[in-house]
Amino acid sequence: MLAYIARRIVYVVPIVLSVALVCFMLVHITPGDPLVAVLPADASQELAAQLRAAYGFDRPLPVQFGLWLWKALHGDLGTSIATGRPVLAEVMRAVSNTVTLAIAAAIIGFSFGLLFGLIAGYFRDTWIDKMATGIAIAGVSVPHYWLGMVLVIVFSVQLNWLPAVGAGPGGSGQWAWDWAHIRFLILPAITTSVIPMGIVTRTVRALTGDILSQDFVEALRAKGLRETGVFGHVIKNAAPTALAVMGLQLGYMLGGSILVETVFSWPGSGLLLNSAIFQRDLPLLQGTILVLALFFVLLNLSVDIAQALIDPRIKRA
Amino acid sequence: MSLTASDAAPQTAPAGKARGYWANVGRRLIRDKIAVACGIILLLIVLAAVFAPWLHLADPYQGSMIRRLKPIGTANYPLGSDELGRDMLARLIYGGRLSLFIGVLPVIFAFMIGTSLGLVAGYVGGKVNTAIMRTIDVFYAFPSVLLAIAISGALGAGITNSIVSLTVVFVPQITRVAESVTTSVRNMDFVEAARASGAGAFTIMRVHMLGNVLGPIFVYATGLISVSMILAAGLSFLGLGTKPPEPEWGLMLNTLRTAIYVNPWVAALPGVMIFAVSICFNLLSDSMRSAMDIRN
Repeated sequence: MLAYIARRIVYVVPIVLSVALVCFMLVHITPGDPLVAVLPADASQELAAQLRAAYGFDRPLPVQFGLWLWKALHGDLGTSIATGRPVLAEVMRAVSNTVTLAIAAAIIGFSFGLLFGLIAGYFRDTWIDKMATGIAIAGVSVPHYWLGMVLVIVFSVQLNWLPAVGAGPGGSGQWAWDWAHIRFLILPAITTSVIPMGIVTRTVRALTGDILSQDFVEALRAKGLRETGVFGHVIKNAAPTALAVMGLQLGYMLGGSILVETVFSWPGSGLLLNSAIFQRDLPLLQGTILVLALFFVLLNLSVDIAQALIDPRIKRA
Repeated sequence: MSLTASDAAPQTAPAGKARGYWANVGRRLIRDKIAVACGIILLLIVLAAVFAPWLHLADPYQGSMIRRLKPIGTANYPLGSDELGRDMLARLIYGGRLSLFIGVLPVIFAFMIGTSLGLVAGYVGGKVNTAIMRTIDVFYAFPSVLLAIAISGALGAGITNSIVSLTVVFVPQITRVAESVTTSVRNMDFVEAARASGAGAFTIMRVHMLGNVLGPIFVYATGLISVSMILAAGLSFLGLGTKPPEPEWGLMLNTLRTAIYVNPWVAALPGVMIFAVSICFNLLSDSMRSAMDIRN
């Protein structure tokens, strides 16, 4: 088992390096001079050259990458051009809000997804199955940013029950788990939860159907096990795959929150990314994407290890 | 004489069988009520978008300061008017042109690139496979929405950049599917027979394998159109796609966002179009999957 974990961790190193390379290259695929955001329009040639040297843009690309990576490894992702604050601090503060949103959405999406998936798979081809599958397909097909707008229209504009934007009363930056704050979390969390809900439903439904059609289930029933007992075996057999899918979905929610956060002005990493893009704040853009991608890689790693812990067959593959 | 007969036999047999297979798939699809309904809805939306100039619609760019945000059902404005007093019906139909274009094109590009890469990786195997598949793994280290935003955001706003970024997002996914299908086909007897008869690698891939791997990849790609429509409109919604006053569903949703306090249901209409196209492609893809009896 330890050998498997070690092998998985070693395998992650080249991935992390390539991710860093992609993030580094992002700045260099941008059209125009990377200095354009800091350089005054009427700057002289000498000033431009000075600044280029100060930022290290005059060195060869591989050297620039090496220096950038070395700094990044020490937690220095540069300073934001727009605010002048360290990128890492800005990103981490925003990520904590995104994590709050993703966890709330995961609780909603995964519970409904597991529930609908198990029921649909168990009562396959009945009207219950058709209804659950219908909800699942709607969940994965809905443009979630539009769903967010519709929820705002119904619950904020028309019913006036819940706030439409923000993450706390009076635009306060500090999150707290009290009703005054949770009110702001409900609509964005529901909006974020529909895609994972749909995907978990579809996965669990397929898994349940497959497991129930296997011979060992027949044997369990033949030996007189009650249906609740059979159900326990279904859950046990579906768990590793379901867990992997849910881990991946959690990663998607953390990394892909920009649309929902834009709709609800939720002060997370997505909204930060949005402002970085439109203010051409390249260090911030680069840093945010790097941190989010690393989160995703680490999450995938932990899911793989957790999966191998539950199901010993996996580590042999 | 006997030699030519045996030569012809393996060539005609798969072709005849293939025709029967596709006829069966077609028959199963036509019997599937959901598939037919989705096909008709998509066809109507596409035809309306293509033939929009001949449909006697209002000018989608012509605004009116005194007729802004009319509700659905107003005289001369069957679906109301937008924040600049432009006819919503005309803008929704014209909007289909750009929205479908930027939503479907990345999947078509990715289908062509990914199938080629996957076919080569799966057939050649060895170091080539490792090189292609490990490069693909790097893109899997990014959540797809984040990757699309990162590339689009770095390249800047614009239709071309949005299509490029989505193509980059979908190529790895299609390559993985193509590679796994190719690997499973490559050791089958008929490929072995073609190789024994002296066919070159390119001929084997093009003539003998492509037809056998294309079906599953195609079905997978159809399912991706749904995601692509949502993401393409999403990029426009963020301001990374097309520019106003161009009618495009994602951008319309964005510019109408402030109107939800005045006329909420008109503001929500462009999203209904994205939803309809996306769910129809998803259901159609599911139906094709079961008609072609593809598992996973």
